[in-house]
Amino acid sequence: MTQTSSAQPEAPHEEAMPEAHADEHADDHEHPSDRQYVKIALILGALTALEVFTYFESVHNLGDAAIYVVLIVLMVLKFIYVVAWFMHLKFDSVLFRRVFVTGIVLALGVYLVMLTAFRIWGV
Amino acid sequence: MSDVANPETPVTAPAGAGHGAAAHPPTTTGLTHNKVAMWLFLGSECLLFGALIATYMFAKSRLPAGEIGPNDVFDIPFTSVSSFVLLMSSLTMVLALSALNRGEERNFRIWIVATALLGGTFIAGQVYEFTVFVDLGLGYTTNIFGSAFFTLTGFHGAHVTIGIVMLMSALVASMRGRLSARNAETVELIGLYWHFVDIVWILIFTIIYLFPQ
Repeated sequence: MTQTSSAQPEAPHEEAMPEAHADEHADDHEHPSDRQYVKIALILGALTALEVFTYFESVHNLGDAAIYVVLIVLMVLKFIYVVAWFMHLKFDSVLFRRVFVTGIVLALGVYLVMLTAFRIWGV
Repeated sequence: MSDVANPETPVTAPAGAGHGAAAHPPTTTGLTHNKVAMWLFLGSECLLFGALIATYMFAKSRLPAGEIGPNDVFDIPFTSVSSFVLLMSSLTMVLALSALNRGEERNFRIWIVATALLGGTFIAGQVYEFTVFVDLGLGYTTNIFGSAFFTLTGFHGAHVTIGIVMLMSALVASMRGRLSARNAETVELIGLYWHFVDIVWILIFTIIYLFPQ
């Protein structure tokens, strides 16, 4: 891919980049070790096991509302672990985080409104 | 990614530097265009899968009583194993990238093959699940639930399949000596796509399979 920056094409990026951008990249060089990746995978496996546990009848005494809450919390935790560690958003540029979160918030907003308009929540 | 003067010059990190760029590429954002494009693509994919999941939830809420539905077909223990397999493929994917960044090309190939195999296992499980559902009487046009379910999980399966093709392409490129720590960003982008497919399944598994029906 060709580079589009024409203002200072030969300048080293660290000098050309505005301070705000430099701050955004301040933690670019932290990287998890393989051991940390394995630990995250074990946590994800444990969270999945907890999710599956809610399927069994004994847990259903809690009631549907409690099961929904537990499952949503576990799902969000798994989502965050994968995005932050495996997709490196925790360590990467804040621009990527903004782009991705924008997509998520937009999707959540649009479809929650849609589902509410169609009255699927039973209220 | 390469610069104009020399297409072979990488803009990503050298061996051992991890996934990020040790020296930022000379773009206005300091980020490589390919990576920005991939994150924009993934952001837009949130809307695609959001639409499919929302449509499924709507369709399930409108399923007439007495018609074949989730309780009649879902096999949670089987799908749990499939979910675990896909989750672990994210680990092998990130270990593949880590190995490539360290210049360990042999280990990279091992982990990338492991990732593709785990992805293939997930797809095989999905195909098996679909055939069981059809045997139980739930086809694509049986009812509104069937249409929404097969569309959602079919789209996800297609994404996983495309991911496997990309993984195998990376393997072939590596074996031909065209992939190394110098251009590891290519693998990082494939990894981002793969992990995204994984997080979409995290949502599908919980919302479609585990939520009380």
